[in-house]
Amino acid sequence: MKKLKTPLLVLFAFASPLLLAAAAYGLSDQFQGKIYAVGTLKPVDSATSLKVGDKAPDFSLPSLSGEALALSRFFGNKNVVVSFLPAAWTPVCSEQWPGYNIMKSLFDENDAILLGVTVDNLPTLFAWTEQMGGVWFPVLSDFWPHGQVASKYGVLRSNGTSERALFLIDKQGIIRYIDVHDINERPNLENLARELEKLK
Amino acid sequence: MRRIAVILLVLLCMVQGALASTGEGGKEPSPPPEGAALPEMKLPVPPKLEQRDYLGIKEGEYFKVSDTKADVVIIEVFSMYCPFCQKEAPNVNALQGLIAKRPELIGRIKFIGIGAGNSTYEVHAFRNLYGISFPLVPDVNFTFHKALGEVRTPCFIVVRLGPDKSNKIIYSRVGSFGDPQQFLDLILQRSGLDKGK
Repeated sequence: MKKLKTPLLVLFAFASPLLLAAAAYGLSDQFQGKIYAVGTLKPVDSATSLKVGDKAPDFSLPSLSGEALALSRFFGNKNVVVSFLPAAWTPVCSEQWPGYNIMKSLFDENDAILLGVTVDNLPTLFAWTEQMGGVWFPVLSDFWPHGQVASKYGVLRSNGTSERALFLIDKQGIIRYIDVHDINERPNLENLARELEKLK
Repeated sequence: MRRIAVILLVLLCMVQGALASTGEGGKEPSPPPEGAALPEMKLPVPPKLEQRDYLGIKEGEYFKVSDTKADVVIIEVFSMYCPFCQKEAPNVNALQGLIAKRPELIGRIKFIGIGAGNSTYEVHAFRNLYGISFPLVPDVNFTFHKALGEVRTPCFIVVRLGPDKSNKIIYSRVGSFGDPQQFLDLILQRSGLDKGK
């Protein structure tokens, strides 16, 4: 066993930068090298007890617009997509919302609002979304009490970030779709579009 | 002695990891160099007839950039998720408009977009939103993105095609190409099309 250890470590030493480099795929030049490379992470590091058909837990969080925004405000009049992203200024996250940002019509056509949530504080979220060129949807900070909403939804990871997760909640406040995604990958937009269509 | 070797290896792991994660000391992804041949890629043939006609290729599974019926091909590596690419889209359309206004250039300069990490649905969404008429190839597994050096987006690679199917890169850069007219002049000059070649 001891004999095996050293070759394995040598292999790891040389493979580790390759694993870390994999996360840099497709990064927009918009961020000009300001994105912190986190490497390849454990795909999912939490277990939500929520399931499709459950009532979505209500929450109220401070938003970039300055006011607190409650999920229940949309009950009865809008479908809601809650997009949890792990952290600002990291790969994948820094492109996921800009993609949603040009797809406002997809949400409008399905009578839906998108709520973006991360565990970052508001100043960080402000700087990050400004670097994206601004976004049309509310961006909410789950910073304090730290990750309380992520925890309520069962998507708080052990290091204090959240999962990359999507919850689709209908106008009655019922969860209709959950995608706790591999944190290293961007969820396919087509799947979300298809689930939104189902609510029509 | 063995213990020291193991400690040194663990340190090596940590240093390499740190370098890769900060980008310091690591190799910045860069597009294929100007003057080189374009790496060979088997791109999926566009399903729409009008796009195959635009490229001058036949129905089938794959095509190569050098199969394109043109003298110059402008390849844009983009992503619908990239804010810079979103901003650049009207500029690319403006460039295409300038070329369309020059009868002597019609059919000689063509565009191909490669959607890094984008699905068919995502490249269609990008096309519809920005009114893009040239073929956009989905690259959901980053296959072509890897072949082109895992570049940041947008990245423009301009290729001069020869009658012998050679494909020499005459422009290769990450970021906006800037003013469309100046960029067109540069392409014409570098490709020799300005001299009627």
